Amino acid sequence: MSRTRWIGLGAWSLGLAPGLLLLIRLLGDQLGANPVEELTHESGRWALRLLLASLAVTPLRQQLGLAWLAPLRRTLGLLGFGYAALHLAVYAVLDQGLAWEFVLEDLSERPYIAAGFMSFVLLLPLAITSTRGWIRRLGRRWTRLHQLVYAAATAAVVHFVWLVKADLREPLAYASVLTALLAFRVLRAARKKLSVGTASA
Amino acid sequence: MLIRSRRAHDIATAEITPESTYLRRREILATALTGVATLAFGGARDARGATTPKPPELGPIIESPYSASEEPTSYDSVTQYNNFYEFGTAKEDPAVQAASFQPKPWSVLLKGRLKKPGSVPLETFLEGHALEERIYRFRCVETWSMVVPWVGIPLGDILKRFEPDEDAKFVEFRTLYDPERMPGQKRQTLEWPYREGLRMDEAMHPLTILAVGLYGRELPNQNGAPLRLIVPWKYGFKSIKSITEIRLRTRAPQTTWSEMAPNEYGFFANVNPEVDHPRWSQKRERRLGDFLRRPTSKFNGYADEVASLYAGMDLSKDY
Repeated sequence: MSRTRWIGLGAWSLGLAPGLLLLIRLLGDQLGANPVEELTHESGRWALRLLLASLAVTPLRQQLGLAWLAPLRRTLGLLGFGYAALHLAVYAVLDQGLAWEFVLEDLSERPYIAAGFMSFVLLLPLAITSTRGWIRRLGRRWTRLHQLVYAAATAAVVHFVWLVKADLREPLAYASVLTALLAFRVLRAARKKLSVGTASA
Repeated sequence: MLIRSRRAHDIATAEITPESTYLRRREILATALTGVATLAFGGARDARGATTPKPPELGPIIESPYSASEEPTSYDSVTQYNNFYEFGTAKEDPAVQAASFQPKPWSVLLKGRLKKPGSVPLETFLEGHALEERIYRFRCVETWSMVVPWVGIPLGDILKRFEPDEDAKFVEFRTLYDPERMPGQKRQTLEWPYREGLRMDEAMHPLTILAVGLYGRELPNQNGAPLRLIVPWKYGFKSIKSITEIRLRTRAPQTTWSEMAPNEYGFFANVNPEVDHPRWSQKRERRLGDFLRRPTSKFNGYADEVASLYAGMDLSKDY
């Protein structure tokens, strides 16, 4: 098996492990006094972590010259989407008991719920078009479409910041990682523009 | 004009890693990995990590007609799922971080508009009162709820001993401020010490108690040892823990959460499904141990006893 395959397999296994652990804790009644809340929080945390990890792949690859990191971007992104889907399902089914009038009220009246839902809606087309076939079919438009990931990650972080009552340390940790990852891209693009400008002068 | 065609092995300027970055590559990688590790494992906590021995049993306890007939939430849930930011902000933090807290000796400072002010040892403060069991619904503003068999004494009975003045209209309570013993106070999560308050008629209401125990035992540290307020028709944050100071006042005191976010937490904080928190619905709650949410009742089901206290008030304004 090639190195790429091994890395892919490793990423999938590591990425699925937290989900498996949650399942084991659920079956063993080890989720604490409020299991639904614990499932909601943990699935949301992992969605955010994997999404940010996916966004960290390109900067690491570019800065360290590690080309073999590239496929991880898709793997981590899809895993992040998986946890986001689980997070949404736990909220709608276990937390709200599929009481749609309450879900709709949440969506329309609670900005943090709307931000979280928007993040998921933005991720959905990215997950669908993550296959080789779609990359080929969309060509250049694929890259543009997948820039939606920045909006999705921002909405996810905002969702977390807005729901906290007082202790902002954890959501702000995620916010600073996201800011660093976005800043890296902005600076790089600016530098590229500048050097192209200088070269053509 | 010199036209330079780019050859395959030419590298664009922008693609060349600056030497400084190249030299710091290990540092950058280490920082990134540390960040990832912190995010991955920092939030994971052992929910069942704390199994400190149960506190000693309390002396004779009498039953009360004010007790609810509902099944109490398990002792484990009551003592391992706590909001007590003085001992950490995660639900399972207080059980762990308060394990070594020493609530004795303890005294309560009484001051303000009363005829017998002063610092009173806890034993003297409680002397002469019968301990009652009060099985109460407890509804948190975060939409979870419990049923807790508290042990305590009506606050009004105790206050009368210290002879409040005629013009005492409000009671202010303060939690202990001691960052060495309450490590959560080392950070400015809230304005310490935690402060709460009641209107005099709320304080004198027979449902309002000062709790010294639960499940027939002394209060576990994480539940507010050795003395806490319980006001069952209000959101949980009104029921201030580890009280060291009680002050009778003519005007309403500032209270911690309403000072921090006045649009989200009011002075009254009566449980009310008709008035949503700005960020979430208050119409339903999850009783710990239940799978599905249940509807929340106005005044947490104590409307018959307390609704008259708020006659004529607009509870959507005085939330």
